[in-house]
Amino acid sequence: MSVRFGIAVFPGTWSDRDCIHAVGLTGADAVPLWHADRDLKGCDVVILPGGFAYGDYLRAGAIARFAPLMEAVGEHARAGGPVLGICNGFQILCEAGLLPGALLRNSSLQFRCQPTWLRLEAAKGPFLSSCRPGQLLRVPVSHGEGRFYADRECLAQLNGEGRVAFRYSDRAGALTTAANPNGSLENIAGILNPEGNVLGMMPHPERACEELLGSDHGLALFNSAIHHLGGAPG
Amino acid sequence: MVISLKEVVNDPQGLVVEEALHSLGYPEVEAARVGKFIRLEVAGEDVEGARARVDEMCRRLLCNRVIEDYRFELRPASGG
Repeated sequence: MSVRFGIAVFPGTWSDRDCIHAVGLTGADAVPLWHADRDLKGCDVVILPGGFAYGDYLRAGAIARFAPLMEAVGEHARAGGPVLGICNGFQILCEAGLLPGALLRNSSLQFRCQPTWLRLEAAKGPFLSSCRPGQLLRVPVSHGEGRFYADRECLAQLNGEGRVAFRYSDRAGALTTAANPNGSLENIAGILNPEGNVLGMMPHPERACEELLGSDHGLALFNSAIHHLGGAPG
Repeated sequence: MVISLKEVVNDPQGLVVEEALHSLGYPEVEAARVGKFIRLEVAGEDVEGARARVDEMCRRLLCNRVIEDYRFELRPASGG
């Protein structure tokens, strides 16, 4: 079967074309999903890409979560459908309550656009089940508000349930302060919902899909989702 | 209304403001927190009803209670 990816487009989304391109490299289909529609167009996987949906006014993701499309995304997620929120998409998923915690202003107060190393912590759910724990991925970040925060109870739950997907590390996999681009608690770069079908991450896997651009490690996530759904990874 | 980061949440902007004030010769500043101020103009005569509605607005949209606290006061519009 051919797996179909839906790429959400809000006013201010900027990474939708990159996502469509990245999914295309796997051989799967990708179609844009307009924020004002409630229709997922039969897509198996939904990606909320990076950018500044609705200008990030008030708080990143605060307005976007009320878009008509998000009702359909919520239903898809609650039915177990794969949803990947990248950067601004992660912020939207947190605001929508589909993932816990929040993303705050980087502790440096600077917009950070740089390559990072991610240590994969939880090889589960559609996007990560083809990976292995401890795997290191070279994936860039590009954000001003990516400092993951959750209260102590929530952090304990995320750790206890194995729902921390990635942590920022150095190239040897060590979780250092220097490797943390934004001051996230416990170097957290991405998290899963309890079922594992919803993944939110600040780094951009769609920008690490070709060696020419410095890394193709991001392809692993898209190929994993395709494999999970019974398709043939490219 | 004033929306501010919860006390337990690190506020790097506030820390920079605090340091800047120290460097300008105000060592008595012991803490600074940066928040948001929002002014709403709300129609209606029912003060308690308005209070409940504004509180709901804060919880649903204006404030993210994972990271923020809010407080607000109501004033009659006449005379600005």
